[in-house]
Amino acid sequence: MPAIELSKIEKRFGAHAALAGVDLAIQPGEFVALVGPSGSGKTTLLKTINGLSEPDSGSVRIGGEDAGAQPVHQLRRRIGYVFQEIGLFPHLTVGENIAVTPRLLGWERPRIAGRVNDLLELVDLPHEVAGRMPAALSGGQRQRVGVARALAAEPKIMLMDEPFGALDPLTRDALGGDYRALHDKLNLTTVMVTHDMAEAVLLADRIVVLTGGRIVADGAPAELLASTTDPEVRALLEAPRRQAERLRERLGAAT
Amino acid sequence: MNERIAQAFALLPDYLAWHVLLSASALLLGVLISLPLAVAASRSPRLRWPVLAFAGLIQTIPSLALLALFYPVLLGLSAASLAVFGKGFSALGFLPSLLALTLYSMLPILRTATAGILGVDPAVREAADGVGMTARQRLFQVELPLAMPVIMAGVRTAAVWTIGAATLSTPVGQTSLGNYIFAGLQTENWIFVLFGCAASAGLAMIVDQLLGLIETGAARRRRGLIIAGAVLLVIGALAAMSPLAAIGKPASYVVGAKNFSEQYILAELMAERLEATGARVSRKEDLGSAVAYRALAAGELDVYVDYTGTLWTNVLKRDDNPGRAEVLAQLTEELKQRDGVVVLGSLGFENAYAFAMRADRADALGITSLADLARQAPRLTLGSDIEFLSRPEWKAVDAAYDFHFKAERSFQPTFMYRALSGGEADVISAFSSDGRIAADKLVVLGDPKGALPPYDAVILVSPKRAGDARLLDALKPLVGSISVEAMRAANYSVDRDRGKLSPAQAARALEPSK
Repeated sequence: MPAIELSKIEKRFGAHAALAGVDLAIQPGEFVALVGPSGSGKTTLLKTINGLSEPDSGSVRIGGEDAGAQPVHQLRRRIGYVFQEIGLFPHLTVGENIAVTPRLLGWERPRIAGRVNDLLELVDLPHEVAGRMPAALSGGQRQRVGVARALAAEPKIMLMDEPFGALDPLTRDALGGDYRALHDKLNLTTVMVTHDMAEAVLLADRIVVLTGGRIVADGAPAELLASTTDPEVRALLEAPRRQAERLRERLGAAT
Repeated sequence: MNERIAQAFALLPDYLAWHVLLSASALLLGVLISLPLAVAASRSPRLRWPVLAFAGLIQTIPSLALLALFYPVLLGLSAASLAVFGKGFSALGFLPSLLALTLYSMLPILRTATAGILGVDPAVREAADGVGMTARQRLFQVELPLAMPVIMAGVRTAAVWTIGAATLSTPVGQTSLGNYIFAGLQTENWIFVLFGCAASAGLAMIVDQLLGLIETGAARRRRGLIIAGAVLLVIGALAAMSPLAAIGKPASYVVGAKNFSEQYILAELMAERLEATGARVSRKEDLGSAVAYRALAAGELDVYVDYTGTLWTNVLKRDDNPGRAEVLAQLTEELKQRDGVVVLGSLGFENAYAFAMRADRADALGITSLADLARQAPRLTLGSDIEFLSRPEWKAVDAAYDFHFKAERSFQPTFMYRALSGGEADVISAFSSDGRIAADKLVVLGDPKGALPPYDAVILVSPKRAGDARLLDALKPLVGSISVEAMRAANYSVDRDRGKLSPAQAARALEPSK
């Protein structure tokens, strides 16, 4: 049974069709990257999964259950959500930020305190940041807190919208690698929107390419490159390799 | 200490208690109405515009007018409630003041709260949805806490406005720190005026600082500051209001007074006679002319002094003048029949509208009567009290003599006399029992056409006290007991610049036994 199953999803913003009939099934444990040019509908598709965007038609099933069967806020408490702007609550400490969803779920205090400690360790942050306000952290630390907050209520599904897009390249690389390790360790199902092909190829098991609100390619990175006939998709997929080759040429010439 | 300052301090507990009760209730009510409204306005752009525009519109109404407008509205509602539920309520005093001040306090809170909620970072709002908060949880756990510093800034503004505007509730019959200002203005007791201003400003500053403490606490996320500010506010308000607890039972008699010295003195005279019978008495002072009569007819005042000419022209809408005795007789008959109001009798003197000029100036211009005045009017400026030019008496006189003054200016009665002596007015609509006519060497111009009706001062008793023997027996001895000379002397003792008496002291000189 798929962890996430979207069928015939359509969504219009005025005259613009953001999603024009999308079918997508994601198996438990998969790490899926949603890629595509700006305005292709990838963020809308991601938000459809946790109800932040409501489709005009089509159905969403999470773990085999119709997403509309329960109040949307309960669905969201079972799905982790991380986005580029992070959105840490500025009036709460780091610890309180991480504890938000467990508190909404009514966990007992000691269990929440233990969970916050575990999560700080998991995302590789020192314990003392728990008492600090978000404004006192660096960008990379803040996004680690964002990931910890999303993982707090032990979700099986993680949705990430360009999570590392605003970070410097080193932090970005480190955080990406750390997150992939977490994905494997916690046996998560992850859907990540990114416009960075290299990131998608490096982190994901499966790449879904969207253009104009439709899925135009879907598969493992290597297999996709071998099978696709669409020149645009091909150009998109080859971009990281071309980049890598040019990098090697220039850096190689320098040494 | 100066005697007048001591007098002012003696009145402070009562005035301050009412002022605090009134402004605190209005502010609290304003916050309770504005916050949900601001939340709704921040959610719906369609609601936002009308709500903010309405609050802005209210703010453009002068606050005194807003207070005054609630009186007829509430009087109508009270009459309707009396008809439907068999129970009316007082349209005077606390209720109209509370409603007007509540409306007045709403704009700053609405504006800042709406802006504060809309100003929350969209990313934070999305995160609140993303972690699984309901709309309600998002509001109370994220949006309101983040908007709190901005909202508190609005509450501070509202508090300062409300405390200042609450001084204006005195003319609709609500005791407040404004009593110092209005009474002081009428009796030229500048120490009272200053005292009232200082007390109200001091109160506003203290409240502003304590609310500022809460604002700082909200901005810096220091719960201690918020609690300290709130606790100090509550303790301060309770302490200021504690004299009210001692008042307990409401007064059994309410004595009314319009807004000039003679009225204060006569109200004191009546109140003290009633108190001498062991009754509890409260005073509602500084009422407008029409407000006073309607309040009496509605039973919100039990007794006050009015003038036959005023009632004749303004209440009965008559413009003829059948003579002093006939006016009194017809008035007694018709007010009883129409409103159930009892005219207990004339006090013995007239306080007529009288056109007065400085004696030297009248001599120089050769003016002795209104007919002479009409001929010279185009060169002269008329000074009047604030209501005279809109009263039927003025229309009657104007119709009879056809005045065309160079200019017509309105003043508070106090400043009207000052304007005459200072030359800003050449002739004024004075009051014939005013002590300043003799003291300022003024001449009263004759009225050969009898255009101005007689103005015998009469005691009016409300319909519900018409059969109250205690009240009638206490006040009847006053009928026919006060000569115009005695009244002038009493008025002057309150109005003069040096050696002023309080209205209560002046009243004692009018006691019939003395």
